[in-house]
Amino acid sequence: MPEIRNYTLNFGPQHPAAHGVLRLVLELDGEVIQRADPHVGLLHRATEKLAESKPFNQNIPYMDRLDYVSMMCNEHAYVMAIEKLLGIEPPIRAQYIRVMFDEITRILNHLLWLGTHGLDIGAMTIFLYAFREREDLIDCYEAVTGARMHAAYYRPGGVYRDLPDRMPHYEKSKWHNETEVKRLNTNRQGSLLDFIEDFTKRFPQYVDEYETLLTENRIWKQRTVGIGVVSPERAQNLGFSGPMLRGSGIEWDLRKKQPYEVYDKLDFDIPIGLNGDTYDRYLVRMEEMRQSNHIIEQCVDWLRKNPGPVMVANHKIAPPKRETMKSEMEGLIHHFKFFSESYCVPEGEVYQAVEHPKGEFGIYLISDGANKPYRMKIRAPGFAHLAAMDEMAKGHMIADVVALIGTQDIVFGEIDR
Amino acid sequence: MANSLQTLQSELQELFADIPFQAEMAYNELTIVVSSAHILDVCQTLHNRFAFTQLMDLCGVDYSQYGQTDWKTKMATNTGFSRAVSKGIFKEVEDKPRFAVVYHLLSIKNNQRLRVRTFAQGEPPRIDSVIDIWSSANWYEREAFDLFGILFDGHPDLRRILTDYGFIGHPFRKDFPLSGNVEMRYDPEKKRVIYQPVSVEPRTLVPRVIRHDNRYVN
Repeated sequence: MPEIRNYTLNFGPQHPAAHGVLRLVLELDGEVIQRADPHVGLLHRATEKLAESKPFNQNIPYMDRLDYVSMMCNEHAYVMAIEKLLGIEPPIRAQYIRVMFDEITRILNHLLWLGTHGLDIGAMTIFLYAFREREDLIDCYEAVTGARMHAAYYRPGGVYRDLPDRMPHYEKSKWHNETEVKRLNTNRQGSLLDFIEDFTKRFPQYVDEYETLLTENRIWKQRTVGIGVVSPERAQNLGFSGPMLRGSGIEWDLRKKQPYEVYDKLDFDIPIGLNGDTYDRYLVRMEEMRQSNHIIEQCVDWLRKNPGPVMVANHKIAPPKRETMKSEMEGLIHHFKFFSESYCVPEGEVYQAVEHPKGEFGIYLISDGANKPYRMKIRAPGFAHLAAMDEMAKGHMIADVVALIGTQDIVFGEIDR
Repeated sequence: MANSLQTLQSELQELFADIPFQAEMAYNELTIVVSSAHILDVCQTLHNRFAFTQLMDLCGVDYSQYGQTDWKTKMATNTGFSRAVSKGIFKEVEDKPRFAVVYHLLSIKNNQRLRVRTFAQGEPPRIDSVIDIWSSANWYEREAFDLFGILFDGHPDLRRILTDYGFIGHPFRKDFPLSGNVEMRYDPEKKRVIYQPVSVEPRTLVPRVIRHDNRYVN
């Protein structure tokens, strides 16, 4: 009798549903997965090694390129780790700005997740809807930093600059005629805060629209309910965090449990799932978007009433104003030392985690007292999630792998680092 | 949280009084240092008795160039900033073990974090795997093996994870050059991608300096 062997299938790295460069070696018995072996590292750039050769501030742009769909949250962990070692605290206004942009980033991330997750398992429309709102939020990034994605906005000691009074406007071009431009610019007449406030008013209805499309959709439920069930015990043992952990019914959110910045002054709830399947994780993330929207509303309200500095006045750590640099010798020296040598960070080691849209994003920083990190380790949430792929995929059909990649919210920038 | 960590610190010190064990608090974070021979027992106890159910992170650290700088500021001359990078200052520190493995544990029940550091002995450095206690150690240990060459005894599948198939060396060791040893290009004659010695000159843009007086911090 001929021996029956399992069929081995190579999924990716060039596959639109692989979310980047995932190579998945699947061992199949018919259509049922026996073993899934993810091969990662195709996007490995040795960010941690590069960071060891650069002064602290020059590493901030590398952080944007880790999880390249939630840029500012990555920066946040890194910047807070340095602040912890230096023993400085940013001004309160900077903390509110950071929290507001963290939540904007969370919505950005979840919208991309929703769009691609939907697209992967057959819902085309949701992708177009999600990208419509992403455009507005990326415009907020652009207004405040000039960059639409890789912001490098958070700095040790605060944020790079205060919120602008004016939103960038659309201009007439061969794609947009005058009436079109006028319509596009209607909510861009005021400041950035006006624009964000307008967005927060519109956004809950948008989430309702997404939910109309998916939540009770028969096909969506068939593809997600009961897929990739993880028990609370296993979720902890596998190192899950963020929505993956909350989907399994564990109430754990660093913003509540180990609050940083001003999260303890804000009102929001932590949604949790019951069954730990793909559908519950979907519901958790949908509710998180609503909660983030609520946090942004509170931040906008506070930021309107409380002007103030957004950066510490210590010019050993933050560069002086250009005006000071041009007119005072002290300022010139500070400027020169800051940009040529940067600052020395006291000897020590810290681990700073933030509640990143994907889970716990941590920076473990060892300083030996030099102007560069001695060792930096990035704890990427997706790394632990993808490591559980084998366990989650076992016994499922091959088509469910795509749903699992979607529900894990995989981004290779952070996994391969 | 700081108070509960101090309680934890004294409890641990009492419990592990008979093995080599250090505990220190810094920046409101508790770090314990244990010898690699006891790492499995300690981790088992931390998991079972102190509810550290999650291993959030595991990483290798190479301490061989700790505290070394490119530029001795005391010796600065009137020739000014000269990209003054001394070549070949790398020397192995003999008396101290070179490689450490650092575990970051999280207890959801008690809302505590704990850092465990242990120095891996020998060349190649070896240490027991904690994969039976926390499944998440699987990929983290593969990563530490790949980048630092630390061997984890008892790991079922210790393959490289982040570097290329067939990669030689352990890139995060401090003696591994930043620009690597080999580069890759397409060879039109052989009609395939080949490896060749790297052609990039390593250079330092900003010298590494340590200013002990902390003039530039305060």
